[in-house]
Amino acid sequence: MMNMATAIITDPMLPQPYSVREVAKETPDTFTLRLEPESTVNGGAFQPGQFSMLWVFGVGELPISISGDPALRDRLVYTVRSVGQATHSLVNKGVGESVGVRGPFGAGWPVEAARGRDVIVVAGGIGLAPLRPLIYQVLQNRKDYGRLVILYGGRSPRDLLYRKELAAWARHPETQVLVTVDYGGLNWRGHVGVVTTLFKYCRLQPANSVAMVCGPEIMMRFVTRELETHGLSRDDIYLSMERNMKCAVGFCGHCQYGPHFICKDGPIFRYEQIRKLLEKYEF
Amino acid sequence: MENLERIIAECPFFAGLDPAYLNLIVGCASNVRFEAGAYVFREGAPADTFYLIREGKVAIEIFAPQRKPIVVSTLTEGEILGWSWLLAPYVWKFNGHAVQNVRAIALDGKCLRAKCEENHDLGYEILKRLVRIIEYRLDEARFQLVDVYAVK
Repeated sequence: MMNMATAIITDPMLPQPYSVREVAKETPDTFTLRLEPESTVNGGAFQPGQFSMLWVFGVGELPISISGDPALRDRLVYTVRSVGQATHSLVNKGVGESVGVRGPFGAGWPVEAARGRDVIVVAGGIGLAPLRPLIYQVLQNRKDYGRLVILYGGRSPRDLLYRKELAAWARHPETQVLVTVDYGGLNWRGHVGVVTTLFKYCRLQPANSVAMVCGPEIMMRFVTRELETHGLSRDDIYLSMERNMKCAVGFCGHCQYGPHFICKDGPIFRYEQIRKLLEKYEF
Repeated sequence: MENLERIIAECPFFAGLDPAYLNLIVGCASNVRFEAGAYVFREGAPADTFYLIREGKVAIEIFAPQRKPIVVSTLTEGEILGWSWLLAPYVWKFNGHAVQNVRAIALDGKCLRAKCEENHDLGYEILKRLVRIIEYRLDEARFQLVDVYAVK
C-alpha cells in the first residue's frame, strides 16, 4: 500500500516561513539546506519520498524532495542542484534568511509494504536525495526489513552525494552499498561503469524484494529493465517521477502525466502503473 | 590441473559447458597474479591471453596523449577480461590496469584459438558466450555515452 500524504495543518497554498540554519556543499553544484520553522505551528513531519514547494521570495517557487531524516521533526532538509535562477538563489541563501515552505506533498515510498522484505535502492545522480529518508527509516528499523542493497551511480567521483554517509551505511548489518561512476579519474579506486553494471555484484532474492528507484528517467528505464531481468515483478518496483509541479495539490494540471498528477498521485509510482507512459516517445 | 578445472567450471562464463570442452580449455589455462598498480596488458601489445578474474579489480583504460589515461570501465571477480585474443590482428586496444591485487586464470589465446579451429563446436560455444559479454558491454558503453546525469 502506498503511503498517504502527511496531513497538512495549514492552507496548502500558503507558504510557511522557515529559516535557513545550514547550507552544506555536497558537490561543486549541489548543496544541502537545513531549514527550521519560524513558528511553532508548522512541524517537519513527512513521509520518505515526499516533496515540498520552496518559495524563494522575489524569485519563484520550486518543488524539492525532502532529503533529511524523517525522525527529526524539528527541521526539513533539502538537497538542491543549482541549475537555474531559482535554485541558484536558493542555494545562495545565508544562515538566518527566510524561505517559504509549502507541503509536504505527494505519496512517498512504500515503507510499510516493504516491511519484512529486502529493500533494493537504486539511485542515479541527485536521485539519491529523495531516497535518503527511506534509507534512514530502514536503518533505524533494521529488524523490520530484510537485506538493504543500495546501488548508486554518479557522473564522476566529484558528483557523488553523501560520500561519508554511504561509507557509514555500508557498515550496518545486512546492508550492501555499491557505488559506481560513469567517468573515473585516476585517483578513483571504485567501480567505473553505469549503475546497471552493479547488479551483477549483488545476489538479489526477487520474490522477496522491493526496489525503489530514483534518477533521470532514461536511467530508470535501464534500471527497470535490469530489475525485470533479475526476476523482480513490476508490482515490486517503485519509481520517483518528476514533472513541472506548480500547485502541488492536483488543481493546476501542470504536472499531469497521462491520467495521473505527479504532485498528488506521485511522485512515487508503482512501475506497473506508469510503464506504458514511460514507453511513449517524447512524452 | 584438477583444481584449475574446478575453478574454470565454476566461472559463470563457462557455466554448463560440456566437460570434454572444459578439459580442452584447462590445457590452455594457468594461474596468474598481478600486484595493485601493475598492467595486465597494454594497448598495442600482442593479445595472446584472456583472463578470468578470481579476485581484485582491473580498470580498462584508454591511453590519452598529454594527459592521464581515462578509465572507461572496471572489471572484478567472476568477470572476463579481454577478447582481442580472438580476432586478428590480436592486439590489445586498451590498457588493463590492476587497481587492486588481482588473482586470475590466464587462458592462452593462441592455444584456445587453435583448439577452436580444430573443433568448431567448441569454437561456436566460446564465440556465443563471448558475444553475450560483448553485447552487454556494448549496452553499457551506449548507456554511458548518453551521459544521463549531465545538466540538460
